[in-house]
Amino acid sequence: MERLSPQAIIDSFRKELGGGFVNGWVYEREVAVKKNKFRSLWVEVKKDAFRDAVKHVFSLQEYPHFVIISSSDLGGEVELIYHFTVYYGHHLEELSLGIRVKLPKSDLSIPTITDLIPGAIFMERETQEMMGVKVVDIPDGRRLFISEDVPEGVYPWRKDETGPQKLLRVLPGREPKRADKKG
Amino acid sequence: MAVGETKKATYTIPVGPIHPALKEPVQLVLEVDGEKVVNTDVRAGQVHRSIEWLGMNRNNPVQTIYLAERICGICNICHPFCLVMAIEQAANIAVPDRAEYIRVIAAEMERIHSHMLWAGVAAHEIGFDTVFYFTWRVREEIMDLIEYVFGNRVTKAALQFGGVRRDITAEQLPRIRQSLEYYKNIFEQLRRIFLEDKTVQARTRNVGVLSTEDALKLVTVGPSTRASGVPKDVRQDQPYSAYADLDIKAITPDIITGMVVGDVYDRIVVRLLEVKQSVEIIEECIEKMPEGPTMSEPKMPRLLRLLTAAEGEGVARVEAPRGEDIHYVRLEAGQETMSTWKVRAPTYANLMAVPTILKGMQIADVPITFASLDPCMSCTNRIAITDRATRRTSVLDYEELHRLSVEKTKELQR
Repeated sequence: MERLSPQAIIDSFRKELGGGFVNGWVYEREVAVKKNKFRSLWVEVKKDAFRDAVKHVFSLQEYPHFVIISSSDLGGEVELIYHFTVYYGHHLEELSLGIRVKLPKSDLSIPTITDLIPGAIFMERETQEMMGVKVVDIPDGRRLFISEDVPEGVYPWRKDETGPQKLLRVLPGREPKRADKKG
Repeated sequence: MAVGETKKATYTIPVGPIHPALKEPVQLVLEVDGEKVVNTDVRAGQVHRSIEWLGMNRNNPVQTIYLAERICGICNICHPFCLVMAIEQAANIAVPDRAEYIRVIAAEMERIHSHMLWAGVAAHEIGFDTVFYFTWRVREEIMDLIEYVFGNRVTKAALQFGGVRRDITAEQLPRIRQSLEYYKNIFEQLRRIFLEDKTVQARTRNVGVLSTEDALKLVTVGPSTRASGVPKDVRQDQPYSAYADLDIKAITPDIITGMVVGDVYDRIVVRLLEVKQSVEIIEECIEKMPEGPTMSEPKMPRLLRLLTAAEGEGVARVEAPRGEDIHYVRLEAGQETMSTWKVRAPTYANLMAVPTILKGMQIADVPITFASLDPCMSCTNRIAITDRATRRTSVLDYEELHRLSVEKTKELQR
């Protein structure tokens, strides 16, 4: 398969996804003495185009490496980033690729990608239990890390009322931690 | 009779949460048909310590470096290394070149000690305790060197945003070279023990095979994927820090054996060669290390103010001894803690390969096969065997399982 330049990859996403493409950019940083480039790509897509975006990663390399799903609670919405790497196996050629999708809190669901990448199962199970994002058609929806005695509806990574704060116990004689000063 | 064809009831053996083979708790629920493993379910989370939550809610980033060191005792450079690189991206902090080289030296020393530790554990799992004592004796040399250079055997607290906290001085170089010589001289002996010994071969060849395709599909990382013939190594593919100046090649087993099987033996080959590679990398680094400062912002209050004001995100990857480690960080202006911190350690990815590599194995092969992934989890010592038909639970302790493994070795030696 032909290797595309970082900007060409972003453009190929734009072309492939059409209206589902929100934006995309290339991050570059020079490292150490020889000033070789460390590059990562970021693509933001709409939820409807998410599966197509993941499928498009397969057109870059036969087996793209799937790394992890990171998720952030942004208040009104939850942001998921699916981290991939492509073009591994060659010196200095690998690129990190983050596919970002924002979900409104009123509809926290995302289709599974385990049919494309079987090794995505742990990441999806983790996102489901930690962030409360429903993964549609997940083959194994059990909890992964959180023990069974943690009540339903508590999601450790959330920053709203479904967060784990109510489960925290402050030891006698200790002050509860003050909330972070914002702004 | 082939696996899965039997009409006999299968038995379920929960191995762990406290595991026989390694250092930290994880539960493997094995479904066995006689001696053969038919299916495996991995249950993780027994040592979930909410470290990411602490980094997002309690600690400021500088405190989080020391928290990140404690994610794993062995990878106490890799995790903070990854964290500082992600935050340096997010907050746009420069790193002096000399510091990049010292970081790499620290990371490679860690790889030598981790691989030697693993080799000892592997030898112990197949009942070769003389080799276990021998490799751990060999490992002491690097532990002493780490203590000499960084002040502590294990948790080194060497990293800081924008640099490292300790320089390597010219007076320290002869002592470092002496240790590297030691490893070069002993390599041939290690190679003979691990790669030519008939018993080691009998216990590891064609055991726990992970095909190239499965390795790719199950997103395995590190030595486990390289042993399956995938030349994937972050230090080669997307070099970070001073690795970008060095020409590193991913090590696959065909370099020595001329073929790729993807079994436990190949994983030994890869790790052994990586010890040699690490020695060479450290040598190259101390040759090439430029002069200059080791920290771009030595004043702590100013650094903290800069981090609180920073807004941005960063993702960094490090080739830890067990494979690719990644940290994703998001910083918000005005917030002391990180807004998002996601850590993925290599074992997270490698655990998904466990059902595949255990399938069709004998129970006595489970310890070495599981250990061959070098999963980073801790250990106490019992296994419960539940008879599904009678619901009777008998407890098989670590000594018993270990005895089974040792017996198999002895049988093979006859």
